[in-house]
Amino acid sequence: MKAPAFAYAKPKSLAEAFALLRTPGAKVLAGGQSLIPSLNMRLSAPDLLVDITGLPGLAEIVPGRGTVRVGALVTHARIERNSDVRKHIPMLAEAATHIAHAAIRNRGTLGGSLALADPAAEYPACAVALEAIFTIQNSRGERTVNAAAFFKGLFETDLKAGEILTCVEFPAGGKSVFLELTRRHGDYAIIGLAAHGSRFVFFGAGPTPVLVKGNSLAEAKAALARVEPPADLYHSSKTKRHLAGVLLERAWNTLSKPR
Amino acid sequence: MEHAVETTLTVNGTKVTRRIEPRQHLVDFLREELGLTGSHVGCEHGVCGACTVRVDGEIVRGCLMLAVQADGCKVETIEGLSDSQELSLLQKAFHEKNALQCGFCTPGMLMAAQDLVLSKRKVSREEIRMHISGNYCRCTGYQAIVDAIEEVIHGQG
Amino acid sequence: MGKAELPLHAPGTQVDRGYIGQSVPRPNAARLLQGRGTFTDDLRFPRLAHVAFFRSPYAHARIRKLDFSKAIKSPGVLAVFDGPTVAEYCTPWVGVLAHLKGIKSPPQHAIAIGRACWQGEAVAAVVADSRSQAEDAVQLIEAEWEELPVVVDMEDSLKNKTTIHPELGDNICFKREHDTGGVDEAFAGADVVVEETFHFGRHTGVCLEGRAILADYNAAEHTLTVYHATQAPHMMQDIFSRHLNIPEANVRVIAKDVGGSFGIKVHVYPDEMATAAISVILRRPVKFVADRLESFVSDIHAREHRVNIRIAVKKTGEILAFDLDDLTAIGPYSVYPRTSGIEGNQVVNLAGGPYKHQKYRAKMHVVFTNKNVSCQYRAVGHPIAVALTEGIVDLAAQKLGMDPAEFRRKNLIPDDAYPYTFPSGIKFEKLSHHQTLNKLLDVMGYEKLKKERDELRKSGIYRGIGLAAMIEVTNPSPAFYGVGGARISAQDGATLRFEPSGMLTLLCSVTEQGQGTEGIFAQIAASAVGVSLDKVRVITGDTGITPYGGGTWASRGAGIGGEAVLLAGRALRSNMLDIAAAILKVDKAELDVRKNSVVHLLTGETRIPLSELGRVAYFRPDTLPLDFQSELTVTRHYTPRQYGFTFTNGIQASLVEVDPDTGFVKLLKHWCVEDSGTVINPMLVDEQIRGGVVQGIGAALFEECLYGPDGQMLNGNMADYLVPMSGEMPDIVCAHVETPTQQSQLGAKGVGEAGTAGAPGAVMNAINDALLPLGARVTAMPFTPERILRALGKV
Repeated sequence: MKAPAFAYAKPKSLAEAFALLRTPGAKVLAGGQSLIPSLNMRLSAPDLLVDITGLPGLAEIVPGRGTVRVGALVTHARIERNSDVRKHIPMLAEAATHIAHAAIRNRGTLGGSLALADPAAEYPACAVALEAIFTIQNSRGERTVNAAAFFKGLFETDLKAGEILTCVEFPAGGKSVFLELTRRHGDYAIIGLAAHGSRFVFFGAGPTPVLVKGNSLAEAKAALARVEPPADLYHSSKTKRHLAGVLLERAWNTLSKPR
Repeated sequence: MEHAVETTLTVNGTKVTRRIEPRQHLVDFLREELGLTGSHVGCEHGVCGACTVRVDGEIVRGCLMLAVQADGCKVETIEGLSDSQELSLLQKAFHEKNALQCGFCTPGMLMAAQDLVLSKRKVSREEIRMHISGNYCRCTGYQAIVDAIEEVIHGQG
Repeated sequence: MGKAELPLHAPGTQVDRGYIGQSVPRPNAARLLQGRGTFTDDLRFPRLAHVAFFRSPYAHARIRKLDFSKAIKSPGVLAVFDGPTVAEYCTPWVGVLAHLKGIKSPPQHAIAIGRACWQGEAVAAVVADSRSQAEDAVQLIEAEWEELPVVVDMEDSLKNKTTIHPELGDNICFKREHDTGGVDEAFAGADVVVEETFHFGRHTGVCLEGRAILADYNAAEHTLTVYHATQAPHMMQDIFSRHLNIPEANVRVIAKDVGGSFGIKVHVYPDEMATAAISVILRRPVKFVADRLESFVSDIHAREHRVNIRIAVKKTGEILAFDLDDLTAIGPYSVYPRTSGIEGNQVVNLAGGPYKHQKYRAKMHVVFTNKNVSCQYRAVGHPIAVALTEGIVDLAAQKLGMDPAEFRRKNLIPDDAYPYTFPSGIKFEKLSHHQTLNKLLDVMGYEKLKKERDELRKSGIYRGIGLAAMIEVTNPSPAFYGVGGARISAQDGATLRFEPSGMLTLLCSVTEQGQGTEGIFAQIAASAVGVSLDKVRVITGDTGITPYGGGTWASRGAGIGGEAVLLAGRALRSNMLDIAAAILKVDKAELDVRKNSVVHLLTGETRIPLSELGRVAYFRPDTLPLDFQSELTVTRHYTPRQYGFTFTNGIQASLVEVDPDTGFVKLLKHWCVEDSGTVINPMLVDEQIRGGVVQGIGAALFEECLYGPDGQMLNGNMADYLVPMSGEMPDIVCAHVETPTQQSQLGAKGVGEAGTAGAPGAVMNAINDALLPLGARVTAMPFTPERILRALGKV
């Protein structure tokens, strides 16, 4: 399972990166924890990998007024351990502990996971639950997108060709619960739930994070009943929906417990 | 070698400069170019842990890192950590508790275990199991491995 | 009387067992701990070329055209081969044996010719300077296919709507019927008849080290050296010799360190044969290592069964009869040379194993499908036989309102009933079912666990306790393969050479894949001779060096190889004492060897250090009597003869907690009490058992090769095929009973597969015990949350 041949460049500035990304067949490489397996399995064949891990300023965690800004190149390992994240956006730190294993978390990045938008991934659901704001840069400048608008379809995001996700701003505080069901520790989620306030966001339940809102458990359950999660190799759609319901109830009970 | 990139990295304390094809992952580079065959290839998609090595002090999957990405980095393999004696307590515990059989998972397992030992956290058996749950072993029942790691961790001051 | 002559197990004797029975760390583990082992892929040779295979994307298709024109021009490519070209150098084979009456299979080539019969079958080979370049070229091969109808489902295969090999007439590879007679009468006379259908998911070995072979043909000498991650080097030597037409002694097979095998690496693989043939064609060393994706579609699969079983019992709890119908699906070929009929055959032989019923009927069909080939994988047939037996036994106990342990106790063959012939025809030398049952119930605290379980049920926590009693085939005689015409040796040999410095070099034909073969042989040799363990070096896995033998499979290494080592050790000791007697001019009977010296037998006083003995024997024989010749290299062989198989017995228990909301199973604990005769190294045996239990847990909860209706494997990678990892595994308590076999001095039976044999049944019974108050039951492995939720009626 050896990767096909490709060229490699490691820009030192965003401008350089954007120029390189104009090359046909160019792809962004960050942590590589999802891209490199797909290359090893010859599932993709880019002509050029643009390694953005050398770009300055994209790996900072900056607490602000009621927010925490997390740079796209921050690794899962840092998110797991960072005191500002743990204090102000604990859901994200909790989610990070579910991502694969330590060796993967040392390289995988927030931006990489969000840009890939794997339907079973943790961060997209967290971002939607927390109503995060994404900062995207391109050769012409910078723009922001709400998390909910960022995830468009199966592995499809609002990122256009040549753009790089550089930072995510998470609102801080509030009660949250993060639950994930896997057969084995570190596996891709069968189904998961990132709950914050009255926002219940499921992952593994559809091509993009699935937001279920409800002011009561009954309302939320009714909303969930309309969701049809895609079956996977081991679980039917009915089973996934059933499991989602179990997580919903558990999350609700936790959130409604007095502090 | 049309895309080859000149790369300099330190491997087990020795500075190494090579022109490397970008597509070659780190563990293949270590094995094929440097003859450091102690790190093993088991799946090439990051799941089995046989290729676990240390880069700039952090454990990584050698199959999920391009060798060219290790430019300027400090890479440590099982051979280096054995020769420096850093792993000697773990290796002794593994040996005495029979925490290996075929040995194919062992270098990666020791890397993962050492990561936990270095964290200095007084972890439970359950937490040890979770930490090494990214290292596949088909021969043992994992129990002797957990026993060995537990002994070293609780033996620390 | 010293230790020279008595068997270790001779009753009423004080026999110095030396290291035998001690938990000594393995000497050869040191290099593995430092990453300084040598696995086949670690080897470097001048002009080494690499092979990658173009594998069929279709489960069944005619190969209309293969165009290599682009591939051959790809950078680094040395050659591209198709089936007919390789066939000129490597003859085909047929996986049949005479003692499996009626077994049939078509010839199989190293590279498919004309037709691919499973997705993953190799249809072309690319040889290049590097594996990467070979894979680049594989992508440039252009192929034209004509898809053929695909047979995937075993029931469809049996119905023969599509015959995969028309020349064979149907899809039945092998079938067998066994009937003691009196079965219908037994069922008619039963108070309770219980019937159930069990399904077992196909799964595979997933050895961490992929299959690996490096073939090095020397054209000048017409010799072939093959570095091969194989369990049976001599078997492979014979096969390379016959199929590549190279004289036997010109073929040398060397197994370096092997990264796990479990039966996966004891079979003949077409891609490995092709690699050897390519080395001959190109006259240079050629290496092939199966990567993980190709391993899933080319390593043998196993254990795909659907079994209907009925049990007839009296209300006293006495089992009267078993009646079963087993259908099992293999791939499109019976694998060579051991055949794919053995697994089903074992189910027929072993079902009902621990019990004393007299009536038994079994019907078994092995059918071809267009899925990957299937063959012997650790515990061959036992996991199925044990699970269906122990599953139906639990159900019968339930129907009678009897405690499962008591029901078993009523029916286990009494410990004093031996030798015993079982209704399937197998013969037991001596088992200890009651001893092991009692020990298990004691060690696990059965009564206390039951009380806790019952208490917790009241608060909606569903725990379950499951038992699985078992018998296991070990130390097989030629009855297993040899009688069928296979050139597979059931005997093994050990050569023990005394070095001048007083060290020993041991060469043995049994191989090592990590279970500790070399370690226990060193213990036996050191004990038999009288040296300290650090004086022994062991060499295995080299047909050019060791005696001829069978290698490792069917849990035979300790019992057969170990006996050869023991006999060689005792013989060498005797020869050493002859020399010592000649040097000292005393009677041999006054002397002994202990702790690296020749000593006075009674006083223990040192007479000559072994290093001095060596010096005189090798360098100063002029000082010895004229007619005296030292013989300090001794070879002994051993074949188990009295019993076709030396059966062992054991019993396992599983404690689980099932979450009725999610269908998830938490494994709380596992126990195994095993009687494998003389235990040479308890620490090694225990972790072997644990590793086997974890594999069995994999079968029960996680592992299944999933196929789509078009015969495509759907989960052939390690993210989708779930192997057991440490996070979900319980602690496993091991205990032992020792009933040595009388067939050898050592008394050791086998144990390598015991864990795998019993664990799936124990876990299944535990899950069903947990689900009992909820009125649910599961019988199709693996027991995924989906299956448990469906049984609970939640989805």
